[in-house]
Amino acid sequence: MRSFANLLDRLTYTPSRSGKLLLMRNYFRATPDPDRGFALAALTDGLPQPFPLRRVLGEIGAARFDPELFRLSRDDVGDTAETVALIWPGSSNVDDTLSLPDVVMGLESVGRDGHAALLTQWLDRLDATGRWALLKFLGGAARVGVSARLAKQAVADAFGRNVDDIEELWHGLSPPYEPLFAWLEDKAERPRLAATPVFRPLMLAHALEDSDWQALRIEDVAAEWKWDGIRIQVSAKGGVTRLFSRSGDDITAGFPELTEQFRGDAILDGELLVMRDGNVAPFADLQQRLNRKTVTRAMASKYPVHVRLYDALEINGEDLRGLPFVQRRSLLEAWHNQHAPQQSDVSEILNVQSKDALQQIWETTRAEGIEGLMLKRKDSPYLAGRPKGHWFKWKRAALTADCVLLYAQKGSGKRSSFYSDYTFGAWGEKDGAPYLVPVGKAYSGFTDAELEQIDRFVRQNTIDRFGPVRSVTPKLVLEVAFDGVQASTRHKSGIAMRFPRIARIRWDKPAAEADTLDTLKKHIVSRP
Amino acid sequence: MSNPLPFDSWLRPDAHGLYCAPGDFYIDPHAAVARAIVTHGHSDHARPGHAAVLATDDTLNIMRLRLGSGAGGHLQAAVYGQSLRIGEVTVRLVPAGHILGSAQVVIDYKGQRAVISGDYKRYPDPTCAPFELVPCDLFVTEATFGLPVYKHEAPLAEVRKLIQSLADFPERTHQIGVYGLGKCQRLIATLREAGYGKPIYLHGALRSMTDYYVSRGFDLGDVPSVAETKDKLAGEIVLSPPSALGDRWSRRFADPLIGFASGWMRIRGRVRQRGVELPLIISDHCDWPELLQTITETGAGEVWVTHGREEALVHEMTKRGITARALALVGREDEAE
Repeated sequence: MRSFANLLDRLTYTPSRSGKLLLMRNYFRATPDPDRGFALAALTDGLPQPFPLRRVLGEIGAARFDPELFRLSRDDVGDTAETVALIWPGSSNVDDTLSLPDVVMGLESVGRDGHAALLTQWLDRLDATGRWALLKFLGGAARVGVSARLAKQAVADAFGRNVDDIEELWHGLSPPYEPLFAWLEDKAERPRLAATPVFRPLMLAHALEDSDWQALRIEDVAAEWKWDGIRIQVSAKGGVTRLFSRSGDDITAGFPELTEQFRGDAILDGELLVMRDGNVAPFADLQQRLNRKTVTRAMASKYPVHVRLYDALEINGEDLRGLPFVQRRSLLEAWHNQHAPQQSDVSEILNVQSKDALQQIWETTRAEGIEGLMLKRKDSPYLAGRPKGHWFKWKRAALTADCVLLYAQKGSGKRSSFYSDYTFGAWGEKDGAPYLVPVGKAYSGFTDAELEQIDRFVRQNTIDRFGPVRSVTPKLVLEVAFDGVQASTRHKSGIAMRFPRIARIRWDKPAAEADTLDTLKKHIVSRP
Repeated sequence: MSNPLPFDSWLRPDAHGLYCAPGDFYIDPHAAVARAIVTHGHSDHARPGHAAVLATDDTLNIMRLRLGSGAGGHLQAAVYGQSLRIGEVTVRLVPAGHILGSAQVVIDYKGQRAVISGDYKRYPDPTCAPFELVPCDLFVTEATFGLPVYKHEAPLAEVRKLIQSLADFPERTHQIGVYGLGKCQRLIATLREAGYGKPIYLHGALRSMTDYYVSRGFDLGDVPSVAETKDKLAGEIVLSPPSALGDRWSRRFADPLIGFASGWMRIRGRVRQRGVELPLIISDHCDWPELLQTITETGAGEVWVTHGREEALVHEMTKRGITARALALVGREDEAE
């Protein structure tokens, strides 16, 4: 437990990705099985059997500490597990022998009634950091600033493998992943996947550069709309269907109505959308369905989801990834015709004969749900990752507005000494008088030199401070680029900008000439 | 001991601070008064402008350095343990173990004894005299860390974390936030105790107090000012006031790794809030077990809690059958350490 506790402890305090990778690499190399496998589970999908931590702590609490002192401490600390770990009376029984496998086996060996006694006994054997790590382990969400993907990356790095190899195997394995580690250490063959659906790493596109466009021949590429949802992989095998996010997270539980539609044996690539009457709903509607472990019937009917298919990686056990795009597309279309799953269709290939025509489409289309165009080489195999020269995303040109800087906040990591997060406003009107309404926030788009200039401006024009936030004299105009505007009831302005970033700093422009809220509202695409 | 007099008939808080009527003096008054006893040199205890000040020699020197002519009119140095008659009371100062020169104020009046501890700690500190326990009837305590979640770590173990981090990240400057009086010098002394022999670089604001400790005979090794070098100080330790962490001053260093030596670093939320990568749980105040231990050992039947997390400590003392009340004293800064 000590090395796991040290790992979690240091991960929480290490902001940089490379620092976190280093800590995890060292841990996975130095720690034996099955300990490291359970640690990997804690950092990725959690324990196979969730532990009812809240209930058990409730049972233990009153017997071990004064409720009033606990309440005051909880208010100060802000986290229940951490409060328990710190308030727990130190014991003379602290030893170094409790291991993660002990914990997992211990839980399997007792029933519901035995949880409290077991946890009490463990907490007595650990120091404060150990208690905290144990509670995080049992709580299921380690929340140490590490994504599942990053943990897998660290495992891959530790043994000189490609993370995609681990992703491929991942959903066919379970904690403590001993066959995986045995293979990574060259002590065993690559694990054979059982007849269950697996995740295949996705192929991603590069942004279209001018040089790409120049080199492109229209007859070599297929053009599709770039749909504004989330990439999804549908994986069906042996009567089971699973849905994976772009990073390989299993999101099946949130979309039970989709799994019913996809049966058979196939791995398909597509976009998850909310659709009503054949029209794509705004991205905000899709967000209502994301990150949910369960979904109510009301939710499912209010935000009906749909899979628009792009590609087929595997059909009837046959790996299609080596075939050219056009062949995979025909097989996809044939599969879709045969199985005809509801709540899905195949993404349209645009019929364009010239680059001029394509450019024309790109410039003029601004419908809801379309982010731009995708250009795919007809001869491209399906390659994991982001290979160069195969798929291009051609996002529609950004909109821009001149807004006024209102608030600034310091960044983190390398930007921790700079005011680098900006809230900006546009002109609204109240009782006939103009005033600035906050309309969005941006953290990017500027160069390091510009960051220094804005930082200086913020420090010299501060009116007020609220904790880490400074409000500034509203006189600096920022040209903000964004991908669209949506109506929003959550924001005072009534709008939400998509992907706002700083395009230019308009040192020359007076604040009075910045754009109005009404101008921004004109960009809202009315719902179909 | 029986208590014929209620304590607040001769010792009570008023608008200026804690006042002892039969001696006609204040202890650590917030505003300028005629006669003050000052427990130690931190700025929320040692205020400027008193007409007369009684304190230890070190505290008076620290006040002179920090306040100049504002240190006070008549400055009288007291030696630890020496009894002084002031009005109708007898006063003596005894070590509080908080920082160099820090003292508890022991007041005897008509067979009753009150100890005003000021800020104090029990854990050994190489840069000041150890806390001396004085049995008493009334104990006035701070409660900066008056919650059972606050348990400090052994400073030597915390300092080893810092030394390990230098080995792990030799390309980064280790910039550690410390309070300028006490914590700074204690951290340096503890680093030396742990065998760290390289120069420890100081922010300009830490210079005068550190020089004072050196002048009083503490061997802190090589402690140059950051301003003396153009180097980016990769792999070196730089000490600075907390306010300079993650601010423009730190841009001169090599990818600074931010540390902070404070009892507040016990709580992860506070660590993250400050953007600290290397929390060092080292405090010059008592943690919760030390507070309880000390109050119990004094044998006091009544406890007054001056500043910090009073509510929890009063609750715990009441539970133990000790009369406890929170004193709302003006001018105590919660975050000061």
